[in-house]
Amino acid sequence: MAGRAQPVSPWPGVGAAALVAALILGTLAAVALRADAAGGFGRADWVALRFTLVQAVLSAVFSAALAIPVARALARRRFPGRRALIALLGAPFILPVIVAILGLLQVFGRAGWISDMMGLFGLPPLRIYGLHGVVLAHVFFNLPLATRLILQAWQEIPAERFRLAAQLGCDGIAMFRLIELPMLKCILPGVLAVIFAICLTSFAVALTLGGGPRATTIELAIYQAFTYDFDLGRAALLSALQLALTVVAALAALKFSRGDGFGAGLDRAIRRWDGGAPALDLFWIGAAAAFLLLPLAAVVISGLAGLFEMPALVFRAALTSVLVATASTAVLLLLALPMAMAVATGRYGVLELSGILGLAASPLVIGTGLFILIRPIANPTALALPVTALVNAVMALPFALRILVPAARDVVARHGRLALSLDMSKRTFFTRVLLPRMRPQIRFAAGLSAALSMGDLGVIALFADPQIATLPLQIYRLMGAYQMQAAAGAALLLLLLSMGAFWLLDRGGRLHAET
Amino acid sequence: MLKLDGCLIENGNFSLRADFTVETGSSVAIIGPSGAGKSTLLEAIAGFRDLTQGQILWNGKRISDLTPGKRPLAMLFQDGNLFPHLTVEQNIALGLHPNGRLSTQEQAEVQTALDRVALPGLGDRKPAELSGGQQSRVALARVLVQRRQILLLDEPFAALGPALKAEMLDLVAGLLAETGTTLLMVSHDPQDARRIADQTVLVADERAHPPAPTSNLFENPPPSLRNYLG
Amino acid sequence: MKHLMIAAGLLSATAAVAADKPQLTVYTYDSFVSDWGPGPKVEEAFEAVCDCDLNLVGVEDGAALLSRIRLEGENSDADVVLGLDTNLITAAKETGLFAPNSVSAEYALPIEWSDDVFTPYDWGYFAFVQNAESAAPANFRELADSETKIIIQDPRSSTPGLGLLLWVKAAYGDEAPEIWAGLADNIVTVTKGWSEAYGLFLDGEADMVLSYTTSPAYHLIAEDDASKAAAAFDEGHYMQVEVAAKLAGTDQPELADQFLEFMVSDAFQEIIPTTNWMYPAVTPASGLPEGFDTLITPKKSLLFSPEEAAEVRDQALAEWLGALSQ
Repeated sequence: MAGRAQPVSPWPGVGAAALVAALILGTLAAVALRADAAGGFGRADWVALRFTLVQAVLSAVFSAALAIPVARALARRRFPGRRALIALLGAPFILPVIVAILGLLQVFGRAGWISDMMGLFGLPPLRIYGLHGVVLAHVFFNLPLATRLILQAWQEIPAERFRLAAQLGCDGIAMFRLIELPMLKCILPGVLAVIFAICLTSFAVALTLGGGPRATTIELAIYQAFTYDFDLGRAALLSALQLALTVVAALAALKFSRGDGFGAGLDRAIRRWDGGAPALDLFWIGAAAAFLLLPLAAVVISGLAGLFEMPALVFRAALTSVLVATASTAVLLLLALPMAMAVATGRYGVLELSGILGLAASPLVIGTGLFILIRPIANPTALALPVTALVNAVMALPFALRILVPAARDVVARHGRLALSLDMSKRTFFTRVLLPRMRPQIRFAAGLSAALSMGDLGVIALFADPQIATLPLQIYRLMGAYQMQAAAGAALLLLLLSMGAFWLLDRGGRLHAET
Repeated sequence: MLKLDGCLIENGNFSLRADFTVETGSSVAIIGPSGAGKSTLLEAIAGFRDLTQGQILWNGKRISDLTPGKRPLAMLFQDGNLFPHLTVEQNIALGLHPNGRLSTQEQAEVQTALDRVALPGLGDRKPAELSGGQQSRVALARVLVQRRQILLLDEPFAALGPALKAEMLDLVAGLLAETGTTLLMVSHDPQDARRIADQTVLVADERAHPPAPTSNLFENPPPSLRNYLG
Repeated sequence: MKHLMIAAGLLSATAAVAADKPQLTVYTYDSFVSDWGPGPKVEEAFEAVCDCDLNLVGVEDGAALLSRIRLEGENSDADVVLGLDTNLITAAKETGLFAPNSVSAEYALPIEWSDDVFTPYDWGYFAFVQNAESAAPANFRELADSETKIIIQDPRSSTPGLGLLLWVKAAYGDEAPEIWAGLADNIVTVTKGWSEAYGLFLDGEADMVLSYTTSPAYHLIAEDDASKAAAAFDEGHYMQVEVAAKLAGTDQPELADQFLEFMVSDAFQEIIPTTNWMYPAVTPASGLPEGFDTLITPKKSLLFSPEEAAEVRDQALAEWLGALSQ
C-alpha cells in the first residue's frame, strides 16, 4: 500500500505534532533568547548529568523488567476484582509528587511500617536513602505504567495465535518464545524510552529519596539556574540537554520497536491454554500489589483523619481540577488521535518523537517560556487554567500515543483496504471505523490523561492567582501553612478523584480487558 | 472492456508484466504458482499497488490514476471483508453509501440483497456471530449493492469447505449473470476455474499471460502450468 | 482553545473587579496569598483604608519571586514586591528595578535596619524543631557528635536551606566544611522545600527538622499542641528578615508608598504572627499573641549583611556540596 491512497489523512496529525513541537521548542527558545549571556556547563552539571542518566536507566530497566512477569500473570489469570486491581495499580502514577513521597516513606522510611516491623525483631531500620531509594521510588511510579502498556500489548495478541500455539502443544516457555517474546521486543523499547524520559526530569523524588546533593539531577540544576542564579542561558542549555537525551532514547526505541502488528484476528475473547504455574503468577500479582498498594494505603490512612478537616476551599480547588482535567483530556485527544492516525499511515513515525518531547520538557522551562510568550499579549495569570490544561495535555501526550498508535496502526492495516475499495471518505473512516475500533484505547488514554492532569501540579504554580488553585496546588498551600493533616485529607480526595476519573473514562475498556 | 496496457508492477526484486484485455461480462480465473503475483495483479487493478509502467483502461478510460474507491470495481480479499464492529446490515449499507445514512428505499435494497444471498433476518447480527459461509454471503451482498462493473475476488472463499465454496461460486456466477459484471478471480484450484471462469490468465515467469479459454488451457497446459498442476 | 478561554474567564473573576478604583499589584510568595496566609486579611485591611483595589499575586517562593521580577523587567505589572529576604537583596538591587522609599518605623529587629529601598515586614530565626521532650543538642558540634537524625532543605531550591547554609557559615566561617562533614551522617535526607521536610518530620522520619523558632507557636496556638520545641543553639541563630520594596517602574508610586507605610503599621503587623508564623517587624500595640512567649530567644543573632551574603553564598554552597556529596 506504500505510496498509495490512505484511509486516513496524515495532515491533521502533522499539524498537531508541529504544534506540540512548537510549544516545547518555542518555550525553550523564548527562555534562551531572554538570557543575557550564554550559559555554560560547570563541573557540577556534568555530575548531575551522570547521576540523572544512571538513575533514569536503572529506573527504566527495573520498572520494565518487573512489569513483564506482572503483566504476564495478569494477562493469563482471571479472578474476581482483577480489573479493579489493575485500575488501582495505576494510582501511584497519578499521585502528586509530594504526596507520593510521604506515602512511600511511611512504608519504606526509617520510621516506616517495614522498619517498625524489623524493629520488632531487633533489626535496624531500613536504609532507603540513596540511589536504590531513587530507583525504588521511580519503580513505584512507573511500574504501573509499564505493566499497563505491556499488559495491553499482551491482550492485543490475537486469540488465534494462542490457539495455534496451544494446538501445537507449546508449553509456557515455548509459548513465550513463539508469541510473547516478539511482542515484548516490539513494545519494550518504547516502554523503556518513556520511563527513561520521565525519570530524566525527576527532581524532588530523586533528591529526597536520594538522600541529598549526591542525587542532584539536571532538573534540579535547571531549577537552581532559574531561581538561585537566574541564569536563563544555563537553564535553557540544560533543558535542551534533557530534550536531546530524550530524542536519542526515543529514536533508539523507534528503531528497535519497528515491527508489524499482530495481523488480523476476529474479535474473539482472549483465552489462554497454557496453564503456567499459578503459584508463580500469584506471587507476582501479590508482590506488585503489595509494593504499589501499601504506600497508597498509607496515603489513605493519613488522609482519612484529615478528610473532615478540609476547608471548603479544597472542594472549590477540586472542582477547578476536574475542569482542568476535562479540558486537558479534550485537548489531549485532539492532539493525540490525529497524531496516532498519521503515524498509522506508516510514513510519519517521527511524529511520535514530538509527542515524547513533552515528557522531557522541564515544566519550569515550558512554564517560564509560556510566561514570556504570553505576557506581551495577555495577562498570564488570567490564563493560568487554560495554560495548565494545555501543558498537562502535552505532558500526557507521550502516554496517549503509546496507547493509541499501535491500535491505530492495526485498524488501518486491517480495515484500510476495505474502506478504500468502498470509497469511504477519510471522515467516515474516522467516525465509523477508527473511533469504534479504537474505543478501548481511546478511553484508556483519556482516563490516564484525566487522572494525570488531576494530580499534576504542572505549571500552575508559576501562574497562580490567589483565587484560583487546582487541588495539587491547594495541597502544597495547605502543607506550606503547617496544615499537614488537611493536606493529607486533600491528597486522599485527589486520589479518589483521579481514580474516579480514570475509572469512569476507562470503563468502556472493560470489554477489551475482559473481566 | 478492461485493458492492461503494457503494465509493469515492481516491488523490490519482484516484477510482473501484464499486457492483455478482458472482455466486458466475461469471467476470468487467474491461476499460477504461489508467489508468482496473482494477488499482486489484482491489487494493481484495484489500485492498492502502483504501476511502474503502463496504464489500465476500462472501456477506453484510464482508471490507473484513480484511488481504489473511485475505480469501477469491487473487491473481496482473503480476509477482512467485513467490519467486525458493524452489523450485517451496516456492513452491506456501506456498499451503497460509504459515508452517509440510507434512505428508506436503500434500506429496502439492503434487505433485498440479504434475501438474495439467503440470509434473511440476520441483518442485526455482528460478523463474529456468523459462520464463515454466512460471512462470505454478507460480503457478497455488499458487492451486490455496490453495483460495480468489475468484481475482483482474491480467494475470499479459500477457507470454506469444497461444498460451501462451490455453493459460493455458484452464487457469484448467478449474481454475475444477473448484473453482467466482469469477474477476475484468483484461484488455486483448477476446479474453481472450470466451474465459473470461461477464461483463464496464467501468471508465471514474471508475466501475466493473456486470457485463454479455460478448457483449452487445462487440456493443453503450457510447461509452466504443467509444473504447477503437477 | 476557545472553550478553555471561556472556562478561564468564568473561573478568574479577578480581572473585572473595580475598574474605576486604582489598582495596586503586589507580587509575593504563594504561601502569603493562600487562605491560611496573611494575604486575605491584609487585602481586606488595606482596601478599607486605601480606596483602591489590592491585587496580590502569588509566586512560588522568595527566590522564584525575584526571578519573576527579573523576567518581567522594567515593564513589570508589579508595583510592590513583598517577600524577598536579606539574602536576595543584593541581587535585587543589582537589577536596578527597585526604588527607594521613605518609610521608617520603630523596628523590633535584633539588628539595626537602615536600608532605604527594602523595608522589613517580619523576621524570624532558623532553628531545628523537635519533639519537646527529647534532649536537644546545644550546638552544631554536639548535633554532629550525636545520633540525632535531621532533615534539611536544599539551599539551591529552598529559602530555609539557604538560611542554614549561611547559619553554619556565619557561626563557623572557615570551619564550616568540617561542621558539614560532621553533620553528614546525621542528615537523613535533603528535600526540595520546607513542606516536604516538615511533613516527613511530622511522620517521624527524623528527630529534627530545619524550620523556624516560631514553628512550635503554630502547634501551640492553632492546634493546642505543646509537643514541639525549637532547639536553642549556643553559637547563635541565623535570622531571616523578610522585606518588601517598591518597583521603580510602578505607575502607582503614591499608592505603593502608602502600602509600604501600611505594612509597618499595626493593622498589618498584627496579622503576621498567626498567619505567617513569624515575628512582626514592628511590635504592634497589642503585643505578641499568647504563646509566642514560650518560644526560645536565641542569645545571639546571626545575619550576614546583604553584601556579605551575596559574597559568601557560592563558596558556602560549594563547601556544602563537597561535604555532602561524598
